[in-house]
Amino acid sequence: MSTGQRNYLSLGARVGAAALPLIFFAGLAYAQVEGQPTPGGIGLPATVTEVGRETQTFYNALLLPIITFIALSVLGLLLYVCWRYNEQANPVPSKLTHHTGLEIVWTLIPILILVVISIPSFRILTHQVEIPESKITIKVTGNQWYWSYKYPEDQGGGFGFDQLMKPEAELKEGEPRLLAVDNEALVPVNEVVKLQITAADVIHSFVIPAFGVRMDAVPGRLNETWFKAEKEGVYYGQCSKICGKDHAFMPMAIRVVSREKYDEWLAEAKKKFAAAGSPARLAASE
Amino acid sequence: MASSTAGAHDHPTGVRRFLFSTNHKDIGTLYLVLAVIGGMVGLLMSIGIRAELMYPGINVFPGLASLINGADPSMGVDAGKNLYNVFITAHGVLMIFYMVMPALMGGYANWFVPIMIGAPDMAFPRLNNISFWFLAVSLVLLVMSMFVEGAPGMMGFGGGWVFYPPLSSNIGHPGPAMDFVILALHLAGASSILGSINIITTIFNMRAPGMTLHKMPLFAWSMLVTAFLLVLTLPVLAGAITMLLTDRNFGTMFYDPAGGGDPLLFQHLFWFFGHPEVYVLILPAFGLISHIVSTFSRKPVFGYLGMAYAMVAIGFLGCIVWAHHMYTVGLSLNAQRYFVFATMVIAVPTGIKIFSWIATMWGGSISFRAPMIWAIGFIFVFTMGGVTGVVLANAAADRQLHETYFVVAHFHYTMSLGAVFGVFAGFYYWFPKMTGYLYNETLSKLHFIVLFIGVNLTFFPQHFLGLSGMPRRYIDYPDAFAIWNYISSIGAFIGGVSMIVFFYCVIEAFMKKREAGANPWGAGATTLEWTLPSPPPFHQFEVLPRISGSGHQ
Repeated sequence: MSTGQRNYLSLGARVGAAALPLIFFAGLAYAQVEGQPTPGGIGLPATVTEVGRETQTFYNALLLPIITFIALSVLGLLLYVCWRYNEQANPVPSKLTHHTGLEIVWTLIPILILVVISIPSFRILTHQVEIPESKITIKVTGNQWYWSYKYPEDQGGGFGFDQLMKPEAELKEGEPRLLAVDNEALVPVNEVVKLQITAADVIHSFVIPAFGVRMDAVPGRLNETWFKAEKEGVYYGQCSKICGKDHAFMPMAIRVVSREKYDEWLAEAKKKFAAAGSPARLAASE
Repeated sequence: MASSTAGAHDHPTGVRRFLFSTNHKDIGTLYLVLAVIGGMVGLLMSIGIRAELMYPGINVFPGLASLINGADPSMGVDAGKNLYNVFITAHGVLMIFYMVMPALMGGYANWFVPIMIGAPDMAFPRLNNISFWFLAVSLVLLVMSMFVEGAPGMMGFGGGWVFYPPLSSNIGHPGPAMDFVILALHLAGASSILGSINIITTIFNMRAPGMTLHKMPLFAWSMLVTAFLLVLTLPVLAGAITMLLTDRNFGTMFYDPAGGGDPLLFQHLFWFFGHPEVYVLILPAFGLISHIVSTFSRKPVFGYLGMAYAMVAIGFLGCIVWAHHMYTVGLSLNAQRYFVFATMVIAVPTGIKIFSWIATMWGGSISFRAPMIWAIGFIFVFTMGGVTGVVLANAAADRQLHETYFVVAHFHYTMSLGAVFGVFAGFYYWFPKMTGYLYNETLSKLHFIVLFIGVNLTFFPQHFLGLSGMPRRYIDYPDAFAIWNYISSIGAFIGGVSMIVFFYCVIEAFMKKREAGANPWGAGATTLEWTLPSPPPFHQFEVLPRISGSGHQ
């Protein structure tokens, strides 16, 4: 921890010394790695699913321009009235208190804007929630404070394992702190994966930002969601429902691989994890 | 009281005046003092949180845990993680129930609703007294909860202000800390219900002759809507946490799936209260901002009826949108569609309010006294918080942003900036009336500038963090989030400094004793409080004022 801390302190000093625009460029200078947050990022992360792209386009191309325009218009109007109608510029106030036309306009225009927003909004929502036909189902269980995965027997699985955060000391080169895990969950590329999500103790939430996937893990409920990753790589997420002291230390990692590699891994993992309930947990506990 | 009229009209002092007070102005003052105490504790906690998040790694809280709880150093890091969760929980609860609500509802409403409607006092003076003391005792219980066991081997309840079971039931927090929190909430809830009954009764029965509801000042309107929201929704919270209490102590299974219960039942009940609650925090600010904008533009409020009924509409809609906090719990598609639709509709009455404030300023003769500066700041930051609310209303976008810092930024723009700017706008507006002294104009504007810079620096970068995916309620974060967290923390410290300016400004006003006179704001201030001397007499309107003419306020 102490060496890490020194690094961050010097980072902090650098940031503190730099002016705001410089920070922007410093942030952009980092290489963007898909599946994990971009340093200094100011927008939605890179996405590798169709649902994710739709959500991003919805935000970037529709919502963001609209809200920016509204916020700037209100700011502009405020500045204008402050300049035009301050007591020096306009010593005698008008007595205008009603203007029915104006009031109708500023009721109708927001309604029209909301209608414009709601059309793609409902379409994307349906796409997110309705689960297409899938050949692969994985059951994910949230625990204090790790995730368990089960791959069903009839799909070449028949094993389960626990996924715990890698402590800082065990991180390999290039593995991000607080995101890297001991056992990554593998899925094949370009195939629909259905996730069944529940929890064993308290509520957790399963999130992979790059997939546009977010589903709470609630004890006593089996929630379902899905994704179809289009690019190989490792994609990280973090538990997103407060669940106790190690809430910040139960990331999830899904590695997307080719179908062949996935089949190889299934066979391997079957041997590795089949014997005891979850030996991985013993190995990784402190 | 009626039989001993001689005693009823004297002017008690010291302990008798404040401990046993039945005077709406004294009780209002007590509420304001409580709000300052609650707010300061909540603020110090938020500064602790931001200090922790300034750099990646766990830096501040292990030390803080051994300092506050005397946690064993070997337990250091775990105790620190737990204390962080306790802090974020207590920060939320304190700011909502012991800062914004006592300031706007307890303080300003007690002080000015009776005066604005031309009443001598509140309808139920003794009820008023007990609503205050319930809240004071409730605050003590809440603070005590931080020093008893919650999670096994840990002090305090650290499950967030939403108290979701099973984290808040025996599975997550078997110790008595959560029971203390439940009792604190029960008392705070009872206090608010009694206060609300008092406000509703006062407004319906004690308006001065000639003051119809459609001539009533907008602040009184806002408090009427707020009081109805509380009376309708707080019993639901009370029921939810009572079931939690029996789950914890008497073996019931309301929220335990093992016995046929459902954790989501609690979430539905909680948010049925919780969402109207955020309107409880902001509606009173809407009301008083209208008065300030009108006063300093020297123009009556634009579209008075639209403004009043927009608040009624916001209150009504606020009661039917609760599950937009629950898009990711596994709601059915149709349920999500309904809540998206209903939530987006709220933007319409909110837009009416924003545009009507600007239209009130339009054509006015604006003097930029401190309350007006705060009000203009309010309109801008509330718009910022409002538009990100439209983003989050869409379940499709919320899938990406739920439980991230984007949400934190959104509700702090509406609450920490919006409601708090409302509190300060009202404070500077009514400070001369309440104390009889003028504050220092330069200091109060300095207070505004420092806080405005501080909070925007704190919360604007949090939009970026949330979009990039940083989850809420995290004591440590991946290093990619370091830059914006650092800037956010700097902003929080600047915001903290502004409170020093605030306290200096208040102390300076009491030391310099500049007489304010009955109406320091001139012709624009037309509500009844400005017809009374400053401070108002212990009992006002012994002869009721008569409201004539058709003009509002």
